[in-house]
Amino acid sequence: MNKVYNNRAWFLILPMLLLVAFSAIIPLMTVVNYSVQDVFDANTRFFTGTEWFEVMLNDSALQAALLRQFAFSFTILAIEVPLGIGIALLMPKRGWQASAVLILITLPLLIPWNVVGSIWQLFTRGDIGLMGVGIRELGYAYNITRNPADAWATIILMDVWHWTPLIALLCYSGLRSIPDAYYQAARIDRASKWAVFRYIQLPKLTNVLVIGVLLRFMHSFMIYAEPFVLTGGGPGSSTTFLSQSLTTMAIGQQDLGPSAAFSLIYFLIILLVCWVFYTAIMNSQKDKTTQGGA
Amino acid sequence: MTSSVPTTPESVRQQAAEVAARRRKRTRSTTTRWRRRTLLGLYLVFVILPIYWLLNLSFQTNSEILGSFSFWPQNFTIANYARIFTDSNWYMGYVNSLAYVLMNMLISISVALPAAYAFSRFRFIGDKHLFFWLLTNLMAPPAVFLLPYFQLYYSVGLFDTHIAVALAHCLFNIPLAIWILEGFMSSVPKEVDETAYIDGYSFPRFFVTIFLPMIRSGIGVTLFFLFMFSWVELLLSRTLTATNAQPIASIMTRTSTASGIDWGTLAAAGVLTIIPGVVVVYFVRNHIAKGFALGRT
Repeated sequence: MNKVYNNRAWFLILPMLLLVAFSAIIPLMTVVNYSVQDVFDANTRFFTGTEWFEVMLNDSALQAALLRQFAFSFTILAIEVPLGIGIALLMPKRGWQASAVLILITLPLLIPWNVVGSIWQLFTRGDIGLMGVGIRELGYAYNITRNPADAWATIILMDVWHWTPLIALLCYSGLRSIPDAYYQAARIDRASKWAVFRYIQLPKLTNVLVIGVLLRFMHSFMIYAEPFVLTGGGPGSSTTFLSQSLTTMAIGQQDLGPSAAFSLIYFLIILLVCWVFYTAIMNSQKDKTTQGGA
Repeated sequence: MTSSVPTTPESVRQQAAEVAARRRKRTRSTTTRWRRRTLLGLYLVFVILPIYWLLNLSFQTNSEILGSFSFWPQNFTIANYARIFTDSNWYMGYVNSLAYVLMNMLISISVALPAAYAFSRFRFIGDKHLFFWLLTNLMAPPAVFLLPYFQLYYSVGLFDTHIAVALAHCLFNIPLAIWILEGFMSSVPKEVDETAYIDGYSFPRFFVTIFLPMIRSGIGVTLFFLFMFSWVELLLSRTLTATNAQPIASIMTRTSTASGIDWGTLAAAGVLTIIPGVVVVYFVRNHIAKGFALGRT
């Protein structure tokens, strides 16, 4: 679309800008302020420069949390994206079944995050949970408070349960926008199912998939409530992710300087990934418009 | 009629579609159809089972939960729900949560609509940078802002009020709303605006009477997302409230006491947090299919 150059558009932006600035810029400046100071009490503070950043970057516990975070984010993306596409392809297209399936699938998305943790806690406990008891009956000593592998598997399963619907719904609505004529043409060409998927459905899904991957990546990177309720970050620190490390440091131990520096590093990592994705979206849109124009 | 030679392109297309539908019905054998249904059914069972278990436990007494293992409540009881509905500490949690979620939806949508229009229709100084900055707020982990928020809202005297949580959730909800709405608005041709201006509509009148109805499914989807992300958020809402505006999510932590966890009440409270979500999904179910792609297909 050809946009008109008009700086009066700023007036439309202004109310939004004031609100977001109030809740984004002021707090962020506070964080920056803390990150370069050593605060003892309200009146005593020293300028420390980049010291906190160096301390945080060399902290082995945080490095481990960062690695776990990346491992977690990429694992769930690798599971949820193909599964979501698969579910979207299986979902009925019309009739009451379509509505019913839609409502059921959307359900996990609207449950408060700590309740998701509680649901899975109740579901997987060895004494009262259906899954916990079930697996023990099968002869495996399943225990998420003792065994890190079990805790990891459960958290990943929980995230798949919680967030695959988002990918599935995005893909479903992407699929619904493909005109029937495309399928008819494929039928005339006697295209195989795989060819239909690869050359008709998948290209149409790229846009929604970029959105889905973007949303999923950033939310998995900020995950807090679910593992906190389910495992409390344990056993040991095997499921402690970045948000939880940060909250413990900032609220629990009141280490203002280090936690502020950590916040900024954390934010910058997400920002970097965000920038990569943003460029990817913009480029894919540019490709589409040039194709349309040609 | 079907045997006659079709004359118009429409009738040719219609006949072709009928034939294709008949052939599809024949070729897609019943085994494939059943395989698809079974796979989808397995996934749905996976989705429902944890929720069913929560429901099951919520109708049991604590002694039954801990004493015996059963697939459905043996001694059906609604005592857990009764406890929540009779204790104002409990049910006020739901009122508080709904109050700040609705406030946030109202604030976010009303400032996001004009802003999204500006982004979709105009170029102006710094527009790309501003949009990118907005998206970065969407990515900001709430944990980063925890402490500064607490201090900020405490110093302006908003701590432990609904509006504090509503404003705090604007951090990620306004950028999200703008991002979604911009997609929907860009799919409305610009000629609509131009025609309206030629017809003598002023901008506010055009915006409210013509433009908004055209993107109403987009607005519905946006409200759905605003509800969703404000309703499910725990970290900020818990930090910014103490007693008067405490959300249900943080009241639920009260079920763990010195004598152990009150599983029945925890399960019942959990079930009740799912219900607003079900109501919202039911209302937007017909828009989900189209709207979830956020106008970007």
